[in-house]
Amino acid sequence: MSIRERLSGNEAVAVAMRQINPDVMPAFPITPSTEIPQYFSAFVANGQVDTAFVPVESEHSAMSAAIGAEAAGARTLTATSSCGLALMWEELYVAASDRLPIALALVNRALSGPININCDHSDAMGARDAGWIQIFSESNQEAYDNFVQAYRIAEHKDVRLPIMICQDGFITSHAVENIELIEDDKVKAFVGEYCPENYLLNDNGTMAVGPYAIPAYYMETKRAQLEALKNAKKVALEVAEEFEKISGRKYGLFETYKTEDADYIMIIMGSAAGTGKEAVDELRAEGKKVGLLKIRLFRPFPSEEIANAIKHVKYIACMDRTESFNGHSGPIGNDVRTALYNAKADCEVINYVYGIGGRDVTVESLKSVYEALMEIEKTGDVGERYHYLSLRD
Amino acid sequence: MANAVEIRWHGRGGQGAKTASLLLADVAFNTGKFVQGFPEYGPERMGAPITAYNRISDEKIRVHSNIYEPDFVVVVDETLLDSVDVTKGLKKEGAIVINTSQPKEDIIKKLNGYEGKVFTIDARKVSMEALGKYFPNSPMLASIVKVTGIMDEETFLNEMEGSFKHKFASKPEVIEGNMKALRLALQEVK
Repeated sequence: MSIRERLSGNEAVAVAMRQINPDVMPAFPITPSTEIPQYFSAFVANGQVDTAFVPVESEHSAMSAAIGAEAAGARTLTATSSCGLALMWEELYVAASDRLPIALALVNRALSGPININCDHSDAMGARDAGWIQIFSESNQEAYDNFVQAYRIAEHKDVRLPIMICQDGFITSHAVENIELIEDDKVKAFVGEYCPENYLLNDNGTMAVGPYAIPAYYMETKRAQLEALKNAKKVALEVAEEFEKISGRKYGLFETYKTEDADYIMIIMGSAAGTGKEAVDELRAEGKKVGLLKIRLFRPFPSEEIANAIKHVKYIACMDRTESFNGHSGPIGNDVRTALYNAKADCEVINYVYGIGGRDVTVESLKSVYEALMEIEKTGDVGERYHYLSLRD
Repeated sequence: MANAVEIRWHGRGGQGAKTASLLLADVAFNTGKFVQGFPEYGPERMGAPITAYNRISDEKIRVHSNIYEPDFVVVVDETLLDSVDVTKGLKKEGAIVINTSQPKEDIIKKLNGYEGKVFTIDARKVSMEALGKYFPNSPMLASIVKVTGIMDEETFLNEMEGSFKHKFASKPEVIEGNMKALRLALQEVK
């Protein structure tokens, strides 16, 4: 029997970490992820876990310590947000290229400036090309479930890459909501012991971590890294299938909601997806053929899979909770358009920047996106393809 | 959210409006509901106006936005009536609960012509009598439970006793005072 609880998203992730009982957690606090190491250090103090908690002096040090611990052979995790992730930038690439399956709880928050503590995805998008697996969560439940699945994906022998489990700052991290927890023993059995093949503290084999690669080797190393990242798609699906057996909850690379017969869909990620489903239901009640696709696995991007799921749809809105400053498209807009172009699909795609710096995302505002798609069909005029949603005049 | 009861709390930083919204989520959760309790975050400081929200439903809650057309509003600090439009979007079939010692007729004048039901409670008086200190949390929580009717009083008091025993495990002496504050508030809110 699962455990019926009510927890904030931060508490939920801290509970998953307690159940996993990792070897090492280096962490430095930053809003809105601070509660995660705060709850976890209480678990350490209470003897509920035997993790070595390392209170470091910066996020740069947190990721450096995580790299050191993971390379030594210890299962390691940390948590951060916004500028904290930005300060880890250099180390994020090192962790990925050294193939260290560190787990990071990212509580998404806008990057400065102007200084802002609220949610958007600009922090995660800054790390988009670092070689980490990135998974986004809609709710406290998904943040918990995704964290329980994290190490099984990251540590898999065909992958061996760091993983970032993202949830929306304040919106889910600080909202108390219902959640179904899995019993401690079941989580422990599911996650299993960490048995790395190669690690620095292994007496039976020496190894080097993070060596210099001359031009004759660098490119091949990166190509191998890409292959491992691509493998995360297959592994994430296998892990999700096993997870369903212990939880009853189904996960894929993405979730489709009423897309089969849809003429208009939006592609979205994170907490606004739930609000979007409500918008879909309200418009469906009026007979409008609308649907939604929520991306769960953002890196690696499930390009062919998404194209196959939506290429029949005529009008698509890609929703980006970040500004890319390329002048025409956000990260999801770019990836979806590339996927559709490669699939030779004939879809009209427009792109919205929404919810940045914590701008509230309402059912009404998301309904207006579908209405804009319907208007394009009616008038035949696409107009601008790049919009800001709920922008004040 | 057609099937959810939506509540908006207005308070000042440090008065515990956020805590009260989380306590309401807790007690509704304990009676088998789906709940959301969340504050609206900004630059926080003692005394600044803050807003917190609840959704309470028999069905799973998917919406993650603030609440603009609440069924109920709770005002923890009456001085906010001069600076915050507390009845903004409030449904007229709903109600507002205000912590004040003033007569209801005087308070209604400050509500921009709100047509729905208005309830008042002197949470300071209740709190001083029950606890000897001013904590508006418990009286306001009891008031909104009574006004919304989301659970019967007996269930509410039993659930709260359980959670106080858990919350105040290290200082059981305050449990009786808080229970008294809840019981008094259930009678006093009008």
